[in-house]
Amino acid sequence: MKFALFLGCNIPARVPQYELSARAVLARLEVELTDIRQFNCCGYPLRNTDQKTALLFAAHNLALAQQEELDILTLCQCCFGTLKKAAHLLAADARLRNEVNAFLQKENLQYDGNTEVKHLLSVLHKDIGEAAIKETLQASFKDLNIAAHYGCHALRPSDIMQFDDPVAPSLVDKLVALTGAKNIEWSQKLECCGAPMTGVNDDLSMRLTAAKLANAKNAGAAYLSVACPWCQLQFDVVQKQMEAEGRSDADLPSILYPQLLGLAMGIPGEKLGLALNEKDLSGIYNFIAQ
Amino acid sequence: MFFTVSLYLALAVFAIGTVYKIATWFTRKVGVTGREFTPVQRAGAAVRGIFGVLFSARVIPLIRALILDVLLQLRIAKEDRLRWVMHMLIFYGFILLFFMHAMEKFITVKLFPGYFSTLNPFFYLRDIFGLMVIAGVGIAVFRRFILKVPRMLTNAMDIYTIVIVAVIILSGFLLEGVKMSSYTEFTDMVEEYSFIYDEEELLALESYWVAGYGTVSPNVKAPFDEEILQMGYEAHDMYCSGCHSPNKSAFVGYAAAKAMGPMALALDRVNGATVLYYLHFLACFIGLAYLPFSKMFHMFSSSFSLLANAVMDPETSLPANIATRQALELDACTHCGTCSLRCSVAVAYEANGNPMTLPGEKVGFLKAYAAGKSLSPEAMRAIREGIYLCTNCDRCTVVCPVGIRLKELWLSVRDPIAAVADGGPVLLPLSPFSLFRGLNRHRLPADSYEQPANNALAAMATAFPMVQETEALIPITPMDKNFKTRAANDPLGSSTFANCFACENCTTVCPVVNAYENPQETVGLLPHQIMRSLGLGLKDLALGAPMLWACLTCYQCQEHCPQGVKVTDVLYELKNMAAKDVAAGS
Repeated sequence: MKFALFLGCNIPARVPQYELSARAVLARLEVELTDIRQFNCCGYPLRNTDQKTALLFAAHNLALAQQEELDILTLCQCCFGTLKKAAHLLAADARLRNEVNAFLQKENLQYDGNTEVKHLLSVLHKDIGEAAIKETLQASFKDLNIAAHYGCHALRPSDIMQFDDPVAPSLVDKLVALTGAKNIEWSQKLECCGAPMTGVNDDLSMRLTAAKLANAKNAGAAYLSVACPWCQLQFDVVQKQMEAEGRSDADLPSILYPQLLGLAMGIPGEKLGLALNEKDLSGIYNFIAQ
Repeated sequence: MFFTVSLYLALAVFAIGTVYKIATWFTRKVGVTGREFTPVQRAGAAVRGIFGVLFSARVIPLIRALILDVLLQLRIAKEDRLRWVMHMLIFYGFILLFFMHAMEKFITVKLFPGYFSTLNPFFYLRDIFGLMVIAGVGIAVFRRFILKVPRMLTNAMDIYTIVIVAVIILSGFLLEGVKMSSYTEFTDMVEEYSFIYDEEELLALESYWVAGYGTVSPNVKAPFDEEILQMGYEAHDMYCSGCHSPNKSAFVGYAAAKAMGPMALALDRVNGATVLYYLHFLACFIGLAYLPFSKMFHMFSSSFSLLANAVMDPETSLPANIATRQALELDACTHCGTCSLRCSVAVAYEANGNPMTLPGEKVGFLKAYAAGKSLSPEAMRAIREGIYLCTNCDRCTVVCPVGIRLKELWLSVRDPIAAVADGGPVLLPLSPFSLFRGLNRHRLPADSYEQPANNALAAMATAFPMVQETEALIPITPMDKNFKTRAANDPLGSSTFANCFACENCTTVCPVVNAYENPQETVGLLPHQIMRSLGLGLKDLALGAPMLWACLTCYQCQEHCPQGVKVTDVLYELKNMAAKDVAAGS
């Protein structure tokens, strides 16, 4: 199995532990990753004001992957949503594709509409499968309560994303359960983390985050598990800000799913960037069954 | 006399310019980082910082950076081999010429008592060094104008730099060639260094030089008798060879002499050597005098930047030193375009043509901005958009060959620049491009933090008053069919809004709506109301709802619509339309 790894902008700059842990886990699962240096921003932040240019951003990436004859694996759900939406639009609309290709031609690129975009979680669950993952596990968590956070752009819009049942999803819960951790039931599981409003409307963003953190905490969670840099920044960096400002006392650290899985594979915490989180994750070692 | 006067003049301008430029590193304020320090505080902090490094273990990374980054320039090699070859050729060619040739009286003569510029190895080394520079300049021209490295834009300063270096070296080679071919030059040397009184012997020597040294004589012409050449060789051996190696060893000059051969006598008559001599040293002096104000100053500023990069850390360094370093970094930028090549949002430049999207161009702007130059409203708008159109992926910082911490620079200047309102609206602060500022809120001045988003909303409110004031009175307008049609026909939008029967499912599941006790007070129209407003062609309502800019794009509404209305996609489309209308109306 081989993919072009699409890191996006946040991960290399602000969430390097996600890249570290994803690479470590995927290496164990014998997934080959190619880095395409010319990859650029997926276009997500531009969609609010200029969808057309955002589409060119996405198409540029899709064309680069096509040139390498590879499908794209994203770690970020917002990249996933944006690239997959673009791939969908360009596959369906030949006129739009021609327009985009006229632009791409300046860089001798072309997009035919066939690149597949996949998120890490769906690669783990669908392409690799629970059975294959199980074979690589060397440890198991015990009494660890996890609040699985699905993230918006993996699930929705479901007609395009084709990730899981958008109303009653189970994919992330199943992946978490593989590690021996217990999924708690919480009502805000499918809600937005609040990150898209960070810096735009911090009050609104923090209201949403505070509600989610309190909800998961009250449901008995010890950690959140996420698989998106935006969500992780929100639950990690912004939660710290909120604590400093007295806006949250949930004290609920968030662990990236590949970090959780990596620990269950017996990969040492340093190789998973566990210490790179703002909020302390070291307590998680206590839950590894001896 | 003229030489001496112009040399001292050039040196004086160079010295004053250098002092001035260094002073600006302590006086110029780049963004918010420099605000609270006086120049004296910054100079004091710099002295403390430098001594702190020199007398600590941090001297080791400093020396490492000096060798790897400054002398071997490996950061360039890592990004682009050809560019590294280019730069090494120019840098070392020029430096060696400077010390061996320009400073011969002070350096080469002292080191090598037997030194003559016409004697090997110095004679051929000068040509080799010059050729290195010319080869480097050739690669520079090739990269800029033939290879056309993507997004490497060329400004007047880049052209000046290439031209001045090329003129210095080419005039030197031409001067050498003209002197080799010059009969006057030959007779002057004969008079000065030989004791030949015999006419026949003189002609023999002349023939020998014409035959093998590129000299063009009005008296003799090849082919020559073997005998005469033998006689000439004997005279040459006696008077010349002791301090003049064969002209062929200075192969570039010799080639130039041969090429100019047919014109040599004419050139000699018009004193070609003198003219080229003036051109050569004046070009050098102009280059020297203008150096502190030109891109060539990067030989100092970029070195300092690389050294600072090795020992400074935004978390632990004195804030006054970070302010100073940012002013220095603006001078250190060589406009090489590496950052622009690797920029994550460069597609926006390719699509929309605003060069201020590119990091390398932004630094150019910042130089003028920090120097307090007044800028047109159009230039301000371009930079306000460019400075915000950045995902803070840090690639520019990672690849910068001179170690500029561009990411810190952006954080420092984004707020003061984005807070300006003139030149037309920039709506990007209402997008996820704001994430990075939000994450770094504690590092930014609280008084202006909300200004960019507020400016965007205020600009929006000139067209759609509701966006700032949910209770605003707006005139009753009839259905705008054009608006409806425009929304329905956008290839990136969705015409499904027409299916809305206002069941309010979208509103019920919206987390933004649910975050407020009385949501309409804050978001104006609720999602289903926006869909209906669009269906009714009520543009003011549909485009003016604050809800648009509070939308998380979580797609809950779209997912839960029983009628298949692509609510989130429609909201995206409306935001795009509002942005377009506001930009067009400004």
